[in-house]
Amino acid sequence: MITAMWRTFHLGLRGVARHGLRSLLTSLGVLFGVASVIAMLAIGEGLSHDVQMRIQALGSNNILVRSLKPPESNSAGAERSRLSVYGLTYQDAERMKQTLPNAQIVVPVRAIYQDARYADRRADSRVVGTVPWFGETNDFKLESGRFVTEVDLQARTPVCVLGATVARELFPLDEPLGKLIKLGTQAFRVVGVMLPRTALTGDDQGTIEDLSRDVYAPLTTVRQYWGEIIVKVSSGSRDMEQVELHQLQVRVTDVKKVEATAAVLKEMLAASHKTKADYEVVVPLSLLRDAEETKKDFNRVLGAIAGISLLIGGIGITNVMLATVTERTREIGIRRALGAKRKHIVAQFLVETVVLAGGGGVLGMSLGWVICVLVPTINPKLHPMPTQESYVLSFVISVVVGIVFGLYPAWRAATMDPVEALRHE
Amino acid sequence: MPSHEPSVTPGGREVVVAMREVERHYVMGDSVVRALDGISFEIERGSYWAIMGPSGSGKSTLLNLLGCLDRPTKGAYVLGDEDVARLSDDQLSDVRSRKLGFVFQSFQLIQQLSILENVEVPLFYQGVAPAVSRERARQALARVGLGDRVSHRPNELSGGQQQRAAVARALVNQPIVLLADEPTGNLDSKTAREILDLFDELHQQGSTIILVTHDPGVASRAEWVLRVLDGKVDRVDRGGRARVETGATA
Repeated sequence: MITAMWRTFHLGLRGVARHGLRSLLTSLGVLFGVASVIAMLAIGEGLSHDVQMRIQALGSNNILVRSLKPPESNSAGAERSRLSVYGLTYQDAERMKQTLPNAQIVVPVRAIYQDARYADRRADSRVVGTVPWFGETNDFKLESGRFVTEVDLQARTPVCVLGATVARELFPLDEPLGKLIKLGTQAFRVVGVMLPRTALTGDDQGTIEDLSRDVYAPLTTVRQYWGEIIVKVSSGSRDMEQVELHQLQVRVTDVKKVEATAAVLKEMLAASHKTKADYEVVVPLSLLRDAEETKKDFNRVLGAIAGISLLIGGIGITNVMLATVTERTREIGIRRALGAKRKHIVAQFLVETVVLAGGGGVLGMSLGWVICVLVPTINPKLHPMPTQESYVLSFVISVVVGIVFGLYPAWRAATMDPVEALRHE
Repeated sequence: MPSHEPSVTPGGREVVVAMREVERHYVMGDSVVRALDGISFEIERGSYWAIMGPSGSGKSTLLNLLGCLDRPTKGAYVLGDEDVARLSDDQLSDVRSRKLGFVFQSFQLIQQLSILENVEVPLFYQGVAPAVSRERARQALARVGLGDRVSHRPNELSGGQQQRAAVARALVNQPIVLLADEPTGNLDSKTAREILDLFDELHQQGSTIILVTHDPGVASRAEWVLRVLDGKVDRVDRGGRARVETGATA
């Protein structure tokens, strides 16, 4: 049985080897189909991996609440100067801390755009007023020095931690630690320097924000120096904004409770911010789910494209095999006359198509792998991650394509009348 | 599978091929063509028969039936000890590989295979182990005088050599009957004579041979000449120089 199968396989293999170039051309359809499936799946996997890593960097245990400027109600030009009050409040923060079940840590953040100056150098920066436990909900590493401490918060110390870009621009040569810099008009002492830091903004596009221009200072100090009202002067008009907190970051103890907590949080905020839609809630975990959904959709589209290309590849194989069968009609007649059963003929031609398609599949897998290696050299943002499953799947599918698209030609060959076949010129 | 006791002729020899009232009809549009219309004859083991007849007489149809490449519409065809008239396609394939040897006018060797591999083909489908089949094929080729040409491709041999290879292929499975369809039709007269000499030799060694030809010279080498006309046995002559009229088995 095994030897019979091996001999049939060998026979089919010889059929393929007989016309090397033709066999290669025939298997091209499957080859490119499989290669593109491998490459595209790998690129998709890489992209979704990147997105997931970034979302995870936001913290899957976290819920982010941000202040949003509500849409203007009255026409902009009417008043030369006005005060808009919106956003999250200290009261919101307190209420979250008190009432949210499972909310372990609430991190309030206040951000104010101020120039940073040292000697004659100047850097654009964003002063972020926060609390010592900022690190619980944010992923950052210090290059040197320390972060804001409890003592700083209590004593409203004028100290700051510089983002990497700000540090580089203000202190291209000097050691920043211990230096006194000016944020706007206020003097702060540098106590720490951060490594470069980015984060996902949490929008639908997966935009990345550079946080290396942030300067971190105790929330209490920031509140004392700049108050709640920010005045912007632009093209002759004065816009005044009163925003207590720009962000509240909530850390939930258990990942499973994140979405339930987010729901409670939303209700709570809806109750206290009845009049204005001046905040947004971002749940990284939900983003992660969305990203996974998107990936599934992507894979489905990919599957359809792959299916079409393999279908075309398969039709190509059928086409060539039909020609081969016609070309070898005499041989079929001879084999039948000498005792070959129909199943022998079917097996012989089926092995040929399976070898063609399977061989195309294996070549396609190699090509796909090469593409995965080459893609990052063309576009460094892409990191294809070929999965083992995609290789196994591609191979199985190409063999199935061989069987499915070989059946008809093989059946045609097997059902020929031996007498007619022998007479074929 | 219906089994039959081998018939024995009054001469005492075993009958290996028996056709009884065999008919073969073809449907052509609305009309039915009776290619064979009630043919009966018996062939004894070790005899040498020639089948003759003008084109359209039904001799090709008869050969296809004898070769188990086709099934009769009516009647019985006993080959060896079984009636093969009603066998399935697979069973017929089996009969062809075990009981029949074919020699064709146009040799019908597979060009992509070596001579040795060509001779092995019938054994391949019998499932004979490769080593055994190789040895048997070598022996068969040696028997027809091609022992030194085993690894050549058919197109590297002369017509006569190709036909010898085909004879070796027909013998390799030790068939009950050797069927030859115009075996000298594509050969020059000298080579043709050599092939016919080979047939004589095989006949003397005990092979049963049925040869289809339209050439009286070729037919005269056989012991018996069966003439087919209009789908019926016209008459059976004694072959060779004797040409004795018999009506014995018709």
